[in-house]
Amino acid sequence: MSNPQLIMYDEEFKQINVALEKLLREANAKVIFLVDKNGQLITGCGETERFDTTSLASLTAGNIAATGGLAKLIGEKEFSILFHEGEKDNLHISIVAGRVILVVLFDTRSSLGLVRLRVKKASEELTAIFNRLLQKNEEKEKSGDSEFPFAEITDDDIDNLFS
Amino acid sequence: MSFINYASREINCKIVYYGPGLCGKTTNLQYVYQKTAADAKGKMISLATETERTLFFDFLPLALGEIRGFKTRFHLYTVPGQVFYDASRKLILKGVDGVVFVADSQEERMDANIESVENLRINLIEQGYDLDKIPYVVQYNKRDLPNVVSVEELRRELNPTNVPDFEACATTGEGVFETLKAIAKLILFDLKKGK
Repeated sequence: MSNPQLIMYDEEFKQINVALEKLLREANAKVIFLVDKNGQLITGCGETERFDTTSLASLTAGNIAATGGLAKLIGEKEFSILFHEGEKDNLHISIVAGRVILVVLFDTRSSLGLVRLRVKKASEELTAIFNRLLQKNEEKEKSGDSEFPFAEITDDDIDNLFS
Repeated sequence: MSFINYASREINCKIVYYGPGLCGKTTNLQYVYQKTAADAKGKMISLATETERTLFFDFLPLALGEIRGFKTRFHLYTVPGQVFYDASRKLILKGVDGVVFVADSQEERMDANIESVENLRINLIEQGYDLDKIPYVVQYNKRDLPNVVSVEELRRELNPTNVPDFEACATTGEGVFETLKAIAKLILFDLKKGK
């Protein structure tokens, strides 16, 4: 089944960024970013300007989807951790809270063991934040709380995008 | 489904171009890429075989500008059209916000078109979507070729529910932006409803 729409608010966004910054320091990583399972970049920290994070996000989600497909073929629900080792840089990819993907890019200044350890700790923290966020999304939807920015959208607004 | 970020005031939507092999899905994206200002587009990624057939997907991120103070970003994907890549097609439909069906107007490709629409409907159901309910447009591509089926017939066979449809020639760009604009519009109106 499809996931419900993800809406991010200031409060949780800040908490997520704090958790990622902490992980970046503790794991000695170069870049960390979070992607939703549909390939959309949620946020990132570290040397993000050196990398094409949008493309990395989409390919990571594709990768997770493809390995998820592989997992099902051998009777597994999913593979929760993927690791790609390069000559200099490595990618550690893991699924957090069942729906977002945490990507850690690191080099020889760190190690797989350290990254795995720190990711595990950070994942618990991130899971708690995302669970709160999803609960908030659900509550807002139930209460019909409409601060939705597109409610008043007009034909002209949309046409202007293409002018 | 789309991702709305109130903190960075961004909205991200996913559009998938679907259709039979060699109908021109990748060409659509290539034309959009060529004609878009450098600051509005990201890098186009094509995962293709040696013969240039799409293996997994093509991807093009596009920033269309602001709407009500929110940056709108559309992520354009194609699926591999060849029949044996069905597993990849299913994966790419995950989280889709809108679909463009690219039909090949040539007479000998009619069966492939019909098969592909049916395959789209089935693969969407597997992901929890209904083709009759999501934003959806049809493009009749390759209108410049000599052996094409009439638009009336294409419409009858491929667009019985009368969604917005467009004649196109993706190699020259005719109809490419009209199609993209139509699907983007449907998605934004869908978002307006709060879904």
